Amino acid sequence: MKKNSFQLYRRDFLKSCYKALSFAGIFYLSFQPEKLLFSRENSQYDPTKHWYGMGIDIHKCIGCGRCADACKKENDVPREPIYFRTWIERYVVPIEGETYVDSPNGGIDGFPEFKGDIDILKTYFVPKICNQCAKPPCVQVCPVGATFLSQDGVVLVDEKWCIGCRYCIQACPYGARYLHPVKKVADKCTFCYHRIVKGLLPACVEVCPTQARIFGEVGLQSSPLRRFVRFNDIIVTKQYLNTEPKVYYAGADMEVR
Amino acid sequence: MKSFDWKNIKLNPKIPRQIISLAIIFAIAIAAFVIGRMLFVPRSFGKYGHYRGNALDEIASQKINYAGYQVCTNCHSNIYNSLTKSNHKGVSCETCHGPAAKHTGSPGEYKPIVPREREHCQLCHAFNPSRPTGFPQIIAETHNPGKACMACHEPHNPLVPQVISECSACHRTIANQKRVSHHASLSCEQCHKVTEKHLTNPKLEKAGKPVERAFCGQCHAKDADSLKEIRRIDLSTHGGRYLCWECHYPHYPEAKR
Repeated sequence: MKKNSFQLYRRDFLKSCYKALSFAGIFYLSFQPEKLLFSRENSQYDPTKHWYGMGIDIHKCIGCGRCADACKKENDVPREPIYFRTWIERYVVPIEGETYVDSPNGGIDGFPEFKGDIDILKTYFVPKICNQCAKPPCVQVCPVGATFLSQDGVVLVDEKWCIGCRYCIQACPYGARYLHPVKKVADKCTFCYHRIVKGLLPACVEVCPTQARIFGEVGLQSSPLRRFVRFNDIIVTKQYLNTEPKVYYAGADMEVR
Repeated sequence: MKSFDWKNIKLNPKIPRQIISLAIIFAIAIAAFVIGRMLFVPRSFGKYGHYRGNALDEIASQKINYAGYQVCTNCHSNIYNSLTKSNHKGVSCETCHGPAAKHTGSPGEYKPIVPREREHCQLCHAFNPSRPTGFPQIIAETHNPGKACMACHEPHNPLVPQVISECSACHRTIANQKRVSHHASLSCEQCHKVTEKHLTNPKLEKAGKPVERAFCGQCHAKDADSLKEIRRIDLSTHGGRYLCWECHYPHYPEAKR
């Protein structure tokens, strides 16, 4: 039979189809290897079934600083007294005038005696940590998508993708971020993400000797956090900013911000 | 099969050649963009949101340093059992013994720290007015100076050697305030009903407070049989339905005003 330029034999057509299919398959796999090899869906942990938060009871905090110390030891936070993922503040509320707040080395070495000639109305410790906002302003400003709110409600930093521009550090209203001096990327509390996905508590919650910190599921009916929120009067810090923090303070008065 | 014959292609006379060349340039530009994007944007970017999906696995794979008290109980259940019945029941093993994941991994090779110095216990138990009232605190300079804490107190079952006689052991801020107030000469028991149970298990039974105005009236009522320097008040007209201590702070009753 005479071959026409636009005429195809069935065999040739099928051959081309096989070639095209195999090329397409190789092309697809070469760009999507993790779908076959490291599928998160295969592991037991399902992030869509969690939504984490923390409760902090100011009446229970004794200011021992073990949380800030454990956080540094667990997450290799630099020991210099300016880098913290969590820290303790001491509030001294005078009868008249401005509230005095300090946090020497985040409270890790204890608090020296308060020196000041004021009549003290009350004084207490407030543990501070990233609020893991449901509407995080730090995520909004990231120009490269290196910081994000995970499906289980934790604001994380992708340290391989972060360009160290510091926008997020400026955007955080709670001062919960810092620039890691060695890695030169933004660093912050992860709720000890590597621990919670394995069912462990965050290091600061694990070591708190007075259970001033409660970690758990915000949405779960039977969660230590739900009980904490039910039986305490709760505030979140800087509520007017609409960041929807998921760190709930009990026993905090209006000075705490 | 004969190859594709470019000369035979009849261009649609309605499309000018310039448009065709432009279309080719556009097609090349778009292809370059698509290929460039594939090369530069990580493959897992956008898998769960505007971030690199693989970052989650990288963060979750971080090394654990704090093993969690559950692991400790596997071998040290006897210590844990006595601890949970003691006043240190909420204190995690690693609060004092430090991160122990290396120890739980290979117990023979790594030993966790055993802090014996007084400074360690003082992190929680040194007197600090910002700590919540009721928390047992000492003044290290006067509390058996130089003696190891463990000589008298077993940290896994920290009983006080004798029943506490000084209320200031746990309520030193109140005691300090009272000492410089007009009520300095009054003992705590004069106003508070302190039961034996409050001394041994203060959380279960609180110290009683005066429940009627007439109690303060024993000294402060107009017709009271007390020193004439004591301020007097007409209980029938002053204060209405309130108990005296619902307005006045008895531990520091308007000492300066």
